Amino acid sequence: MIKISKLDKKFGKLTVLRELDMEIETGKITAIIGHNGSGKTTLIKCLLGLDKPTSGLISINGFQLNGDWSYRDNIGYMPQLARFPENLTAREVLRMIKDLRGFNGNMEDELVAFFNMDGEMKKPIRTLSGGTRQKVSAIIALMFNPDLLILDEPTAGLDPISSSLLKDRLIHEKEAGKTIIITSHIMSELEELADNLVYLLDGRIIFTGTIEEIIKRSGEKNLERAVAYLMTENGA
Amino acid sequence: MKPFLKIIKYQLQDLIRGKWILLYALLFFVLTDGLFRFGNDGSKVVLSLMNITLFIIPLVSIVFGSMFFYSSREFIELLLAQPIGRGSLYRGMYVGLATPLSLAFVAGVGIPFIYNTYHTGAFGGIFIILLVSGVTLTFVFTALSYYISVKNEERVKGVGLTILIWLFFAVIYDGIVLALIFMFSEYPLDKASIAVTLLNPIDLARIMMLLMVDVSALLGYTGAVFKQFFGSPLGLVVAVSALIIWMIIPVWLGLRSFAKKDL
Amino acid sequence: MRTVFTALVLFSLIGVGSVSGRDIHVGEDRAYSTLRSALDSAQDGDTVYVHEGVFAEGNIVIEKSLTLIGKGWPILDGKGEGEILTVKAGFFSIEGFDFRNSGTSFIHDNAAVKFDGVRKGQIIRNRFKNNYFAIYLANTSQCVVAGNEIISNLETETLSGNGIHLWYCKQVTVQDNNIEGQRDGIYLEFVEDSEVFNNTAKLNHRYGLHFMFSDRNRYWNNTFTNNGAGVAVMYSRNVEMWANTFEYNWGDASYGLLLKDIYDSSIHQNLFEQNTIGMLNDGCVRMEIKNNRFINNGWAVKIMANSNDNTFSFNDFIGNTFDVATNSRHNFNLFDRNYWSKYRGYDLDKNGVGDVPFHPVKLFSVLVEKNEPALILLRSLFVNLLDLAEEYIPLMTPEMLVDQKPLMSRVQ
Repeated sequence: MIKISKLDKKFGKLTVLRELDMEIETGKITAIIGHNGSGKTTLIKCLLGLDKPTSGLISINGFQLNGDWSYRDNIGYMPQLARFPENLTAREVLRMIKDLRGFNGNMEDELVAFFNMDGEMKKPIRTLSGGTRQKVSAIIALMFNPDLLILDEPTAGLDPISSSLLKDRLIHEKEAGKTIIITSHIMSELEELADNLVYLLDGRIIFTGTIEEIIKRSGEKNLERAVAYLMTENGA
Repeated sequence: MKPFLKIIKYQLQDLIRGKWILLYALLFFVLTDGLFRFGNDGSKVVLSLMNITLFIIPLVSIVFGSMFFYSSREFIELLLAQPIGRGSLYRGMYVGLATPLSLAFVAGVGIPFIYNTYHTGAFGGIFIILLVSGVTLTFVFTALSYYISVKNEERVKGVGLTILIWLFFAVIYDGIVLALIFMFSEYPLDKASIAVTLLNPIDLARIMMLLMVDVSALLGYTGAVFKQFFGSPLGLVVAVSALIIWMIIPVWLGLRSFAKKDL
Repeated sequence: MRTVFTALVLFSLIGVGSVSGRDIHVGEDRAYSTLRSALDSAQDGDTVYVHEGVFAEGNIVIEKSLTLIGKGWPILDGKGEGEILTVKAGFFSIEGFDFRNSGTSFIHDNAAVKFDGVRKGQIIRNRFKNNYFAIYLANTSQCVVAGNEIISNLETETLSGNGIHLWYCKQVTVQDNNIEGQRDGIYLEFVEDSEVFNNTAKLNHRYGLHFMFSDRNRYWNNTFTNNGAGVAVMYSRNVEMWANTFEYNWGDASYGLLLKDIYDSSIHQNLFEQNTIGMLNDGCVRMEIKNNRFINNGWAVKIMANSNDNTFSFNDFIGNTFDVATNSRHNFNLFDRNYWSKYRGYDLDKNGVGDVPFHPVKLFSVLVEKNEPALILLRSLFVNLLDLAEEYIPLMTPEMLVDQKPLMSRVQ
């Protein structure tokens, strides 16, 4: 379980996260949504230790974040925009990250096959399309079999086939007991994937709950309409 | 292998396959070979190369360094989401860039130099000083470029600043020195000149090379003082320490900022 | 050829001097075992043969016209005390001796061989080692100093005297000598109508050649290498200097050729290479400097404001750090049709003369003249930019010091 309490993050004078309190359930998919600039990415970066909270506490499975990086051993991360060393091949990038993590297992062959990437692995990154790079990024997030997956707009650059492959995979991971945090703009996608939802506005949680709960509370027929309804209700 | 060394390994692999490092090496190759082709002897070539080295190396190291850093931002972010320390990554990226830049310089200058002089074997000493100076300047200015890049979020601002910093050390600083020399012409300036030299890595490299090619006789009384100082064990230790400090301080400042930085 | 020439000189001189003379032999198992006893009994016109051996007999003063010939390099050792041979005679010739260790002194200019008031004498093909002064000619005329090997290992300038020292002499010929490690290689003071040629002076502590108050002299084909301060020619008129080599005089305040108060002289076809200052013109008037090569010097030519009406033409200036430096914004000298390796102009009409004038004095050299410590900026980018700017907008460099017709290719 991830516990966040009184999390504040300021960039200079700009406050991005304000006294955020939340819990993320283990073994569930939690979606974080909100406008651009609402603090989603900053929240994710705080979880990853990429951004340092101005104040407040974060604990992941009982580990209090304090600048020690070893807890990231259990996290897989897929950023919004993936860029890799241009002159390495996809295979070499995977090897590099494995090497850096000191990981000896082999899940990437299975993942490469799963994402239909066999033909791309020997090509230098600079020759790969944006979507293919996203798949490399997805493989990197998944190939260490981490307990926590954090994905920032994972389907944004993917073609429909790859996108559904990734979604299938995420459901599969959840069933295997993984905790997943995901941001997305596509409500139908989240309705399909997520268990819980957190709505952020100007660095504050406007509403949160399970997907069913939110739909039920709004009285609308799907998540997109439910969210729209709740947004107006909360003056967003 | 330590993570720091692994970073160096992969970055080296990436950069050496890229066109920039190759072009950089080629530039030195063409210049050096051209100097020999124009019928210059080894010592003339070393002096011309000295001017080229003092001009190009700081400029390319600082500008290319920061462009490289900015273009690696997303990958840095991805790497730091892995269980890796920031210090290891920063040091690895630093050594992993300064090393291929240095290698490109050494190979670009060295190959034509060796095949043009191997039968005489002359100028070996001067040549080694040239290489050492070039490599040192590469490390100093790469360190500065990373520090500036860490400090400045905006790419355009950061790269612009690196050019300004280069301009300062390569040109403006010497202009100020000249003005000071004329303002304080009533005073004995030899010791002050040594201090002023130590404060600019480009000037320090230039003076060391000048002393090695023995133009100290040209430098008159000041030259004699310089020769005496830099020729002494103490002076050599001071000069080498100054260059090392010029490397260490920006690396240390960069590491400190990078450790605290929000990505 | 050299030996033939000296042999001829020798032959003619001996022929004149020894018509009626006897031959006297000195050495072990000879008529005389000491040089002093032989010389005591010799008479004007005699020839004294000195055979192999070491003769350390203190200072020998000779007042007879004799010919001394060493056989098998007899050694005359001064043992570091006083002079060895002091000659005060009309004619005197000495050849084939090995002189060693005339005494260092701060009061007397002790020489291995001193000619005092000799007329028609010669000192040829001798060896000199570690003498204070080697050859010293005072009030002497019509003498030849030729083919001597002079070397000293004495460490400092104050411990060593000059190699060949001429004082108040006329019509002296100094040729084919090698002088190394003395204070001045060749020293001339109040010497007139003399010739110095084919000599080599290297590694002397002060000047290779030092020349004062000596008018109407000529020197050519000499090589001056790596001397402490190069060559100095001072306070003289009508000096002709040609085809000499001034090289590797490299050190603080070292000159290839230092000219001080020289009038109406010519400097032709000399080579100035790798000197801190190739040629310094200080108070030089009406000099013709032509067909010389200045290669890889710190300063090829420094010309002071007190020099005027000098002409520099058809010289090559190649690879010098500074081609010309001066301490004045005015110029009363002519630079015409020289080759400058720094010249970047063009020659559209292909007549071999650049279409754009060349200004050999750079801004940086002006700054350095005004304030020497500025030299620490040598070869910095800033200085290069400064020189470039000054080329387009001259503010401080002497505009009149210009070669209107710079040559496109080397003269020599």
